[in-house]
Amino acid sequence: MTETKQRSFPKIEFTDSEAGALEFPSSQSRSYNYYKPAKLRATMYEDVTVDVQPDPDRHLSQGWIYGFGNGPGGYPKEWTAAKSSNWHAFLDPNEEWNQTIYRNNSAVVRQVDLSLQNAKRARAYDAWNPAWLKFVERNLGAWMHAENGLALHVFTSIQRSGPTNMINTAVAVNAAHKMRFAQDLALFNLDLSEADVPFDGSAHKEVWQSAPEWQPTREVVERLTAVGDWCELLFATNVVFEQLVGSLFRTELVMQIAARNGDYVTPTIVGTGEHDYDRDLAYTRNLFRLLTRDSEYGESNKALFGEWLALWVPRCLDAAHALQPIWSQPADKSVTFADSLDAAKQKFRSLLEDLGLDTPKELDQ
Amino acid sequence: MSRQSLTKAHAKITELSWEPTFATPATRFGTDYTFEKAPKKDPLKQIMRSYFPMEEEKDNRVYGAMDGAIRGNMFRQVQQRWLEWQKLFLSIIPFPEISAARAMPMAIDAVPNPEIHNGLAVQMIDEVRHSTIQMNLKKLYMNNYIDPAGFDMTEKAFANNYAGTIGRQFGEGFITGDAITAANIYLTVVAETAFTNTLFVAMPDEAAANGDYLLPTVFHSVQSDESRHISNGYSILLMALADERNRPLLERDLRYAWWNNHCVVDAAIGTFIEYGTKDRRKDRESYAEMWRRWIYDDYYRSYLLPLEKYGLTIPHDLVEEAWKRIVDKGYVHEVARFFATGWPVNYWRIDAMTDKDFEWFEDKYPGWYSKYGKWWENYNRLAYPGKNKPIAFEEVGYQYPHRCWTCMVPCLIREDMVTEKVDDQWRTYCSETCYWTDAVAFRSEYDGRPTPNMGRLTGFREWETLHHNKDLADIVQDLGYVRDDGKTLIGQPHLDLDDPKKMWTLDDVRGNTFMSPNVLLNQMSDAEREAHVAAYKANGTRPAA
Repeated sequence: MTETKQRSFPKIEFTDSEAGALEFPSSQSRSYNYYKPAKLRATMYEDVTVDVQPDPDRHLSQGWIYGFGNGPGGYPKEWTAAKSSNWHAFLDPNEEWNQTIYRNNSAVVRQVDLSLQNAKRARAYDAWNPAWLKFVERNLGAWMHAENGLALHVFTSIQRSGPTNMINTAVAVNAAHKMRFAQDLALFNLDLSEADVPFDGSAHKEVWQSAPEWQPTREVVERLTAVGDWCELLFATNVVFEQLVGSLFRTELVMQIAARNGDYVTPTIVGTGEHDYDRDLAYTRNLFRLLTRDSEYGESNKALFGEWLALWVPRCLDAAHALQPIWSQPADKSVTFADSLDAAKQKFRSLLEDLGLDTPKELDQ
Repeated sequence: MSRQSLTKAHAKITELSWEPTFATPATRFGTDYTFEKAPKKDPLKQIMRSYFPMEEEKDNRVYGAMDGAIRGNMFRQVQQRWLEWQKLFLSIIPFPEISAARAMPMAIDAVPNPEIHNGLAVQMIDEVRHSTIQMNLKKLYMNNYIDPAGFDMTEKAFANNYAGTIGRQFGEGFITGDAITAANIYLTVVAETAFTNTLFVAMPDEAAANGDYLLPTVFHSVQSDESRHISNGYSILLMALADERNRPLLERDLRYAWWNNHCVVDAAIGTFIEYGTKDRRKDRESYAEMWRRWIYDDYYRSYLLPLEKYGLTIPHDLVEEAWKRIVDKGYVHEVARFFATGWPVNYWRIDAMTDKDFEWFEDKYPGWYSKYGKWWENYNRLAYPGKNKPIAFEEVGYQYPHRCWTCMVPCLIREDMVTEKVDDQWRTYCSETCYWTDAVAFRSEYDGRPTPNMGRLTGFREWETLHHNKDLADIVQDLGYVRDDGKTLIGQPHLDLDDPKKMWTLDDVRGNTFMSPNVLLNQMSDAEREAHVAAYKANGTRPAA
């Protein structure tokens, strides 16, 4: 007869270690006390984000213990020419943390997925006219490269460099948005190439790489990825490029004309990218408003941002103008390029006004 | 999503990258590695469309368990001995997690493989998840555990504490210096592939044995993301191996990363598991046994050894030495004793060891009592204020140790301490390898070749220097480790909360002057220093008084 091995397990012991079991000094101290929340009561976002990335100007007494071969480690404030008297004052108005990231993006995934399933079931693509199929094949196909490039080489990159956890986490979420959106566009492209319609799923590569109307856009995206100053990169991308090129293409063209061309799927997907940008613009606006209103550095920051505008506005306007021919490609041309660009410029002016920045003369040239 | 459609979708996503012709991405973080000859290695396939719902589901399970723990009064059965150490652990770990997120663009910059870029960017989001989910767990502990002091000042304490600084290497090491050294070898190939096993699997198991099932809930959920990260790291490692010029750097970095991870993680997690538990069943695995299973067998034998077929020399000697330090040289016990010696400048309380604990230690680590038993009896004897000073200032046969300049854990295996003048300063190191790390590896030249991208050891590396020649009460006050009555210390050398007279106050610790061993060492003449070092090293095997 074999001997049965005695099972071994830890014994539970009742310890009465619940809050309130005893009164003693600090027994009621149940909030993080090393930072001052923006309002009377700390939010979940603040509690899980603030001071997780330490700062020698706050509590970090021994300083950064590793350095780079050519300079200090950690998160040097010198990694941007912009200055703040308190970078920690920035808080993400979207209050992104673990739970919001997955809840929001999963909701988008479900929305896109349902829309694509319904489109397949209804054979929606069969009804698209050839000009619209070609428009989506070429232009939405080219645009998804821009979104992906910004995800991996702009936003992912920036989130290493900002001086606070609040800035870097907001930008990391921005990267996640862009990556998801770029992939959704690519998988939409795959669906279309598998549908029984004349759609070349590989055409986007050639368009992005060589089509004249897209080259200035690709050039701006590539030039953005080459910027070393993280704050300039964020400004040039979310304030300038997204307004004058991104929103011009997505908001002022695709969202306006897709339905008129019999397409209810594209606006659903592109609408998620619009929603993302709306959120991402909100944190960007807060950050740059903080910098332009800084009591000590506000004026020098405005001058700096003016220089950045002078550099990036012409580049982005060149890209915008080069895109003009695609306004003529759909069968139903319900908007003109001039109207779209005017609308984009108007929103851009309004954003600059929000930020307390002068409209650059380049915008009217 | 089916495997076939996932493969197809993943192939489609790879079409999103392109070869730039107008400008190339800025190289913000350089590397001395080269990838010109590297074959493109495909990491684990992951697309956002399946990623987000998968993680949302994992989150929902975690938050469901958290609700359940509160409704089920989990804290009625949590061992305070255990949860006190979580004040230290959970103050440290969210920073390495968020640092891992920040490290991803460094690897992206360095490695010319768009398919890996995608995997690395997903890892970035994972790491934001890990950092914030852990901060949230800590908040739950603060809200529901009997003693919130220490949890309430967590990130400040992490940033100004000697133990927090040790842990900070496991974070700063991911984001600083050569991009491949930091973001690939140190972070992914060693920290995530080897040491998350003890951090995120072995330790949470011990938490459950101490009545806390939330730590396993959160950390096993975190660990379930690690396989993708390990795959990212392995892909980059194989790419690096394709170029012979990388071999010396890989071998350098494996030695540094392995040893530093051992010094830091085994110190912390070994202490939490061995000295934070109340579970003293004889058939409960000791940390040494866990290490044998998780690190030696699962990592060294299954992951590191097979790399030899690529001609890579792996650090067998350091794996064996780490094992020897844990089993024969009492590394974990020395660290625990050091933490307990420093209790007034802790932001957690440390329970005394009892006869039951002694018996277990003696069974698992024969000879333990003769080396550590008396000291812990003294710790118990000196636990309350009034008649004695804190144990660090009483004669109990324990000399406050020198700090290792490199890993910043003190030189606790005293006979192994190395003392050298480096960069015009006398420095002490816990081991030859830590000396080598500072004097040889973290330099702008290695083995006759320029390594301009390699990191540097910086900062006020000896915590004690900042507080040299100050009164202990003033130090505690400066650090902010005082409870809300303005006088009672957060750290206590016992778990008794029921009697205010047993709680140490600032007045109880005043009158003790704290001296930095490194400052004193640098004030000595050559002869004094030699004699001092010889005595220090000889003290290694002396039983406690």
